[in-house]
Parts: sequence; C-alpha cells; structure tokens
Amino acid sequence: MITLENVTKIFGGTTAVDNVSMEVPAGSICVLLGPSGCGKTTTMKMINRLIPPTSGRILIDGKDNATVDQVTLRRSIGYVIQQIGLFPNKTVEDNIAIVPDMLGWDRKRSRQRAGELLEMVNLDPGIFLKRYPKELSGGQAQRVGVVRALAADPPVLLMDEPFGAIDPINREVIQDEFMRLQARLKKTVVFVSHDIDEAVKMADRIAIFREGRLLQYAAPDDLLAHPANSFIADFVGSDRTLKRLRLIKVADVMEAEPCRVRPEDTLEAAAAMMEEAGHISIVMVGPQGRARGFVTLDAARGRKGTVGEHYEKLPTVVNVADDLRTAVSTMFARGVSWLACVDDDGFFKGYVTQRGITHALGATYRDG
Amino acid sequence: MAASNRSGRPFATLRRVVQLVAVFALGAYLQASGTLSAMLMYSEDVLYLIRQHIFLVAVSSALAILFAVPLGILLTRPRFHRYTNFATQFVNLGTTIPTLAVLALSMSFLGIGAPPAIFGLFVMTLLPVLLNTIAGLRSVPPRLLEAGRGMGMTDRQMLFQVELPNAAFVILAGIRTGLAINVGTAPLAFLIGGGSLGELIFTGIALNDLPMMLAGAIPTALLAILIDFAIGQGQYWVVPKGVNPLR
Repeated sequence: MITLENVTKIFGGTTAVDNVSMEVPAGSICVLLGPSGCGKTTTMKMINRLIPPTSGRILIDGKDNATVDQVTLRRSIGYVIQQIGLFPNKTVEDNIAIVPDMLGWDRKRSRQRAGELLEMVNLDPGIFLKRYPKELSGGQAQRVGVVRALAADPPVLLMDEPFGAIDPINREVIQDEFMRLQARLKKTVVFVSHDIDEAVKMADRIAIFREGRLLQYAAPDDLLAHPANSFIADFVGSDRTLKRLRLIKVADVMEAEPCRVRPEDTLEAAAAMMEEAGHISIVMVGPQGRARGFVTLDAARGRKGTVGEHYEKLPTVVNVADDLRTAVSTMFARGVSWLACVDDDGFFKGYVTQRGITHALGATYRDG
Repeated sequence: MAASNRSGRPFATLRRVVQLVAVFALGAYLQASGTLSAMLMYSEDVLYLIRQHIFLVAVSSALAILFAVPLGILLTRPRFHRYTNFATQFVNLGTTIPTLAVLALSMSFLGIGAPPAIFGLFVMTLLPVLLNTIAGLRSVPPRLLEAGRGMGMTDRQMLFQVELPNAAFVILAGIRTGLAINVGTAPLAFLIGGGSLGELIFTGIALNDLPMMLAGAIPTALLAILIDFAIGQGQYWVVPKGVNPLR
C-alpha cells in the first residue's frame, strides 16, 4: 500500500504538486491522469524519490520513504519509463538482470529469472536473451522494459506512460498482456497516463490531476458516471457513458437462466412460454444446451409443428466474457435489439437487450 | 551483410593486387636508382630513432589520455556543469594554435630535449581526446540516465555501466584523432632537441639527401598507419556490440 500525506512539491516559484493526499491499496493499479504539466509525473517520481517532496510524507507499506536510503528504495521499486530506457550496450538478458545484479543475486539465478520473465511476455528466451536492444522492435523493447522492472520481484511498480510510444495495435496487445501479468502478480502499480481510454481499461482507481491538485480519485466507472466538476467531465469526454460500456461485462447485465425451447417442442408451447414471459422471441438450444436458433412470437402463434422445423438461425451471438462495448457494437452492426449470450463452449447462458444495457448504465444515477 | 561481402570481395582483391604491383614497382625503381641501398645505410639510425619516436608518442599520448578522459568525465558531472563551457572554449582556442608554435612555447619554458617535446605533443593530443570525451558523455541519451537512476544505480554504477560504455565509441574516435595528430607531429620534436625520426627527415631536407629523407619519412608514415589500424581494431573490439556502429 502506498500512502501520500499532504505531499507538496514547489519548483522555484511554481507549485507542481499541491497538497496531495491519496492512498493506493496493495495489489491495485492506480492511474494518475491529467493533461501535461498537471503534476502527475512529479507525483509518481516522488514515490521513489527521483524528486524529493518539498513537504508531506509518502509511506510505502506504512514506512516513510524518506527514512530509507534512496538507492535501496529504488531497487525495491520497479520503474518503467515511456522511452523504455533499455541500455543499448547490454544484451536483453543483462538489461533484465540489472537490479538482481546490483542486489548481489547469484549470476545463474538472475539469468534464469531473465529467461522466465521473457516467457511471461511471450518472447522466446532462446531467441531474445542474447539480443541487443537495437535488434528489437518497439513492442518487444517495451515488453523487455516492463519485465526488467519486475526482475527482482518488487512489490511496487511505477510506470511513466509506458505504452505511450507504441502504435495503437501493439499498445492494445501489450496492455492486455500486462493485465494478465498483473492478475497473476498482484503488484501495487502507480501508472501515469494522459489517455483516458488506457486509464479506464487498466485502472482500479483513477486520480485526476490539474495544475498540481488532485481533483478526483475514484474507480473508473464512478469517475465516468459522476465527474466531480466540468473540467473532469470535459477531460473524460462527452462520450463518457459509452466509455463505461467497456467496464461492464456482458455477464453482469444479461438475463441469466432464460427460458428456452428445444427442437422437438411444439410451436404452441413456445408461443405460450413467450406470452407468459412477455418476450417476442425465444432461443432454441440443442440437446447439450448450445444455442442453435430462435423463433419469434409472430412466427409461432397459431401455427402447427415443432420448433425444429420453423426456427431461424441466430444472426450472431456474444460471449459472456466480452464487455458491453462489443455487445452494443454487434447489435448496431446487425441491427438487432437483443443478443444471445454464450460461453466459450457455445452453451446458451442468457441474453442481453438494449433496454437491459440502458437500465444497467442508468442504475448508478438512480441509486445516487 | 553476406551480399555486400560477395560484391565487395572482387574489388578488395583487385585493390590488393594493384597495391602489391605499385609497391613492387616502387621497390624496383628505388633499387635501380640506388636509393634503396643508400637508405639501407641508415638502418641503424632508423632503428634507434624509431625507438625514440615511439617513446615520445607513447609517453605523450598516454599522459594525454590519462589526463583528458578523467577531466572530461569530471567536467560532465553536474557539480562542474558550469565550468564545462569555459573548459571546452578554452580547449577550442588551444586547437587554433599552430603545432610549431606550441612546440616553440613549450621549449621556451622547459628548455630543450625530450621533456618539452613530450609536453608539446601532450598538449596537441589532449584537445581532441578531451573534446570527444565530453561530447561522447553528453550524447548519452537522458532516458538511459533516468532509467538507471530510477532502478537504483549509484553514480559510480551509472558511469561505468551506462555512460562510459555508451560514450566509448566517440571517446575512442577522439583518441584516434589525437594519436594521428601526435604521430604526425612527433617528427617536429627534432627541432627542439627531442630526437625522433624527424632527425633524418629534416637533415635530409637540409642536405637535399633523398635517401636520408625517405629513411625518416617512410617509417614515420608506416608508424602512423600502424597505430591508426591498431586503434581502429581497438574500437571494433572494445566498444560493446550493442552500441558499436562497426559491428
């Protein structure tokens, strides 16, 4: 856990960070967000004392960081910068082993660790360990930059716009990779960004800065739903409600345990089920429970025969693990108002409707 | 790489053949005109003087490197930042003073013999080495310094693991330039009583004695080429592979 208590930094006559107090819970990602010059990077650099605070205290796991020798402090905190900063004179292996080497690890152990870390970010150690940074692509170099910070297994990680200089496609891939890594490693991460989409995607909590002051510190969904003032509302964008779609999983808003029919059921029975539940269509599942198709109320009412003879194919389905953004864009693309939700094996789990999504997004306003 | 080698090889072979033919022709000409046998009469002098020459070069350049590299490191430390501009300007001024004038000046307060010659050569070599040390260390990207500091490197570790390896190519280029100047200037040491192969060259000129002049000039030229080649090799092998444009 990282705690900032009334931290202030004054450079000459200008106040870069103004009386900031916040707490980053252990194992969570906190994104410091704001326009350039807002004090977010200065705040981050005060945590490993690259910049000494003018006043206030910073505690890491309850221990004042000013009482620790700064070299020892920095070796216990992973540090990733935007321009990566791999040392071009060292191989990938030696770059990753820098902190372990300084901590006096056995050479064999640190080199083995370098190989393991490369595997964690899907780089083949056999190919990459002996390469020099100039022989890496931008995305590969940034992956090495991230695992280098993890080499000595520090509990805290500071990241200064680590994915800012990578093209959008690779950035998404590396962000996802990092999130998978984080789910496993549970580091306490302080992450500087100026990209609201990145922040929403990665953060457990977002701290918005402006002119050195901490304006709002909240979970991404809270921040998007209830921006504290008009500056934050502008900064997160007028499409902030759409951004919230990313934060919600299909599984959270779908109607679970839905009614369903089987191919051998009669149309009469299907129509009765729909009328009872108030639906205008119903999904047909196969013998194992996989979504196969659907029949509409109009098609079923007053007709004879079985569902298996009259069903229509499902235009598309959505995975329960997808976020609502995917679900909504699929709906718009197909011109439908509901989607059947399936799991990875294709089993029918429920359905999600436009009305249900609207309801879920609005919930936070009704409660408050 | 392989492709350029394949196309480069015939030219390299051709060049070598032309060189060999030229050397043979020159040798044949010198032999026929009697110059070669006249030159060989000086072989004892040449051996003695070349040793003197190498001594002057080695001592003066070693002193210059041992002085200029640490000075360059010192001048790039934050503590001394404000002196860096002054020092580089002072050194730049130094480069504009003609070589002969430097030797004359050093003779005027150190007398004659080897010491003033070594001092003069030392000064001439100092300048490029110092300038390149400063330029090389300054060209180390700030992101490397930030990354190193952020990972908890001490100043010493930063210098030896980050700054010097990344500046090594530029520093060695400065040493190469400095030594080229040094070897080329060393014959002038004769003028202030420092000996060296200049003794044969200048005496040869004065007596209009071509064999004597060549007996001094050819070893001087070979020495310069040899030293330049040696440092080139040093640059190739000493500079870490990741920051070595030659590899």
